[in-house]
Amino acid sequence: MKTIFDAKGKREGKVLPALDVPQQGLEKLIPHSLRRSRKPRIPALSEPELVRHYTRLSKLNYGVDDGLYPLGSCTMKYNPKVNEDLAQLPAFAGAHPLADEQLVQGSLALLHEASRFLCNIAGLSDITLQPAAGAHGELTGMFLFNRYFRERGESKRKRMLLPDSAHGTNPASATISGFSITQIPSGEDGMVDLVALRETLDETVAGIMLTVPNTLGIFEERILEITQMVHAAGGLCYFDGANLNAFLGRARPGDMGADAFHFNLHKTLSTPHGGGGPGSGPLAVSQCLVDFLPVPRITKDENGYHLDRNFPRSIGCMHSFYGNFGVILKAYAYILLLGDDGLHAVSDNAVLNANYLQERLKKTYRLPYDRLCKHEFVLSGEKLGRGITTFDIAKRLIDYGFYPPTVYFPLIVHEALMIEPTECEGKETLDRFIGVMEKIALEAKENPELLRAAPQHAPVQRLDQTRAARHPILTYPFDELPE
Amino acid sequence: MRYIANTEVDRRAMLGAVGVSSLEELFNDIPKKVRDRYRPIGLPERSELETVRKVQKLAHFNAVWEQYTSFLGGGVYDHYIPRVVSYVTSRSEFSTAYTPYQPEMSQGTLTAMFEFQTLLCELTGMDVANSSMYDGATALAEAVLMAERIAKTDKVAVCRSLFPHYRQVLDTYCQAGGIEIVEVPYDHAGCYNADSLPTKISALVVQSPNTFGIIEEMNGLKERLGAALLIVAVNPISLGLIAPPGKAGADIVVGEGQPLGLSPSFGGPFLGLFACRKQYLRSMPGRIIGRTVDAQGEIAYTMTSQTREQHIRRGRATSNICTNSTLCALAAAVYLAGLGGHGLQELALLNLEKAHYLAERIGSLPGYSLAFSGPFFNEFVISIPGDPQSVCRQLARDKILVNNPSSLSELGVKQALSFAVTEQRTKEELDSLVNVLRDIT
Repeated sequence: MKTIFDAKGKREGKVLPALDVPQQGLEKLIPHSLRRSRKPRIPALSEPELVRHYTRLSKLNYGVDDGLYPLGSCTMKYNPKVNEDLAQLPAFAGAHPLADEQLVQGSLALLHEASRFLCNIAGLSDITLQPAAGAHGELTGMFLFNRYFRERGESKRKRMLLPDSAHGTNPASATISGFSITQIPSGEDGMVDLVALRETLDETVAGIMLTVPNTLGIFEERILEITQMVHAAGGLCYFDGANLNAFLGRARPGDMGADAFHFNLHKTLSTPHGGGGPGSGPLAVSQCLVDFLPVPRITKDENGYHLDRNFPRSIGCMHSFYGNFGVILKAYAYILLLGDDGLHAVSDNAVLNANYLQERLKKTYRLPYDRLCKHEFVLSGEKLGRGITTFDIAKRLIDYGFYPPTVYFPLIVHEALMIEPTECEGKETLDRFIGVMEKIALEAKENPELLRAAPQHAPVQRLDQTRAARHPILTYPFDELPE
Repeated sequence: MRYIANTEVDRRAMLGAVGVSSLEELFNDIPKKVRDRYRPIGLPERSELETVRKVQKLAHFNAVWEQYTSFLGGGVYDHYIPRVVSYVTSRSEFSTAYTPYQPEMSQGTLTAMFEFQTLLCELTGMDVANSSMYDGATALAEAVLMAERIAKTDKVAVCRSLFPHYRQVLDTYCQAGGIEIVEVPYDHAGCYNADSLPTKISALVVQSPNTFGIIEEMNGLKERLGAALLIVAVNPISLGLIAPPGKAGADIVVGEGQPLGLSPSFGGPFLGLFACRKQYLRSMPGRIIGRTVDAQGEIAYTMTSQTREQHIRRGRATSNICTNSTLCALAAAVYLAGLGGHGLQELALLNLEKAHYLAERIGSLPGYSLAFSGPFFNEFVISIPGDPQSVCRQLARDKILVNNPSSLSELGVKQALSFAVTEQRTKEELDSLVNVLRDIT
């Protein structure tokens, strides 16, 4: 069975409880015109078939528990197992979001305390836990900026400044919110070009979206000058928190001049990424944006915790309910497990690991920005010779059992290989990875076909992406004849 | 720290290789002024046991749900979740993987999401589906933004009988995007009244079953919309019995996937369902998985149509979404494949029959009657003789949970309560609710 749809025929067995009330019949309860005429083609698998199918599929996958996952900007760190159990505690997992406040005081207390921890880590005044992902946090932030300028009668501030190294979600979030994008070039040193920034600042600028450290893994050393300049011009500063692992427990965005900063709990705070989600992207803000935060907000008084909707200047709601509670709970437990010492041990080891890798790998691969990095760095796969590309290197890494780094991003590095080891990897693993990367560079010269034909030791070989795009098959072709 | 493998010896060796003398030195590029302002939270490192105790202590401040009978609904339903669902989603090859950027190492996630897309298309009668959005409300908001891009009109008609939480999120997105919302009223049957549809709209948003539980008749509706799109919000379980919106000409179908094997979890993580017609593929938000072949001609799966997405198209992307709800979509796929098409139909029928049994029993109490005459699925509104808030409180004393009547009241349905009934509610529980209501009156 390749997919569940290859299972033919109807399986037997009692899946559902018997009807224990007098039967009235579908015909009486739903008019014919509203009824479904054909059963959906959903196969019924026996439980062993189901378990074997998904167990087999799981073995075609690679997760953090399988090994090194150095995807730059994704912070693929280990996800403590205990947090999974905590999220499944019946008192939490069983809480209906519309249950009376008095019955969910534990959930509310947890969200309230998680908010306090996160505000503290961000060094900002208040927070909303509603955003379900980093990009959703960005969107919330952009909506807040919008409202801020509208209330100040500065609706002409419609330009959002973005360094050319920004994540793709930044311009997308800004555009949806009605801002136009002005790209700021990076200087020779990989940091924001202050001269270019100064030239573009005027009364039409709404703000700047920065990733700190930036996607080259470089900390903006002139961060205070940048935020001061933007503030002086009447703009606001948004910080993309994807790279928080670089300074967790050592520095705070609020102290750098951030007005809004989103967390990626599924990156920095160790909640599993689930093969694409769910995540959680709480947004912390400075005092000037607090009144606009989404409702309901979680407040506390002598009677306990409340879901408070009484904030007339709020932008409204960003999520069906209060955010991805189950994810926030895991991040909360992670902060408890680590404590303050653990939080900065994270950035200490993440940054040390990245610098160690960078130092060792720059002997074999081109390092366009050769300087101290933070939690990640960007190599270039060019100049290995014989037409070998970063794509080939990535595919060859798969043969050696490593998940490849982020490739072809950031866009300002040609043939980029963006490597983020996280704090969880030990020197032994890093040395093994270095050994493999050196070997691949050698193979590129001596036997480039090995790279071009890679991967050979994966569940599938290179995919025909052109065919996927030109002849899209996006659902199971039920009418296709068996081969 | 127990999630770190480096030893002190390793760290010294690595610092040496980097050419710095201390960990602090690695952070010298952060302005000293910023580092000096750092203030810790004031938390000790905790053992796993201490952490479990602290979190459990908070859990004790929640109700013990096993002692309650729930008739709560409003988009989040108390369905039974077979154990096999969490078996699959807790396999860490799935749960600890990232977005499948490298398809050769992600065939598990990719195959499962291709299956999920197929299941969703089967349920909704649509041609294409993405591999999830955050939740039902944000899926709807994205659908409205998409319709605006297609129809190039910044006005959308929305039925008043939409879940309030969908509407609130939609309001936020529309306000920021400069989209005007025109409301379509409901009638005595609880159905939308489209007699006076506004003109020059990008889309009409209909929910079925709607917030009153009423199944909407949509035959012929699309024809009346002209160039405007028909967006339908659904409850996936109901689609075991109800005609798929695709049949009525829907252009985009969205919904909350929580009923498909996800626990209520205080509102998240949930699963935004999103499907549409093939012709709108290029305008769709979200990640789409396609089937292709590998270098040896073997069938394989990959992310496709990525030129729509933010990591390629940046400021001109169809959406800013990146992280979605893949693991929840996996849960939904396992849940559905465990039921099968026939099982889903049976499940929907159980919900339908039990809800109608309860509605009729309550409706026969003096002063109680169904608020609307339209056909309903597993949730319904009852007009009651007393003050709904006080009835609600009295029910809670008997450990019976019902939807807060304030959201009905805000929609203009006064003096009413709504109840959701799933396969988990036994006849005994239903009868007991009726008895309590009788005693209150």
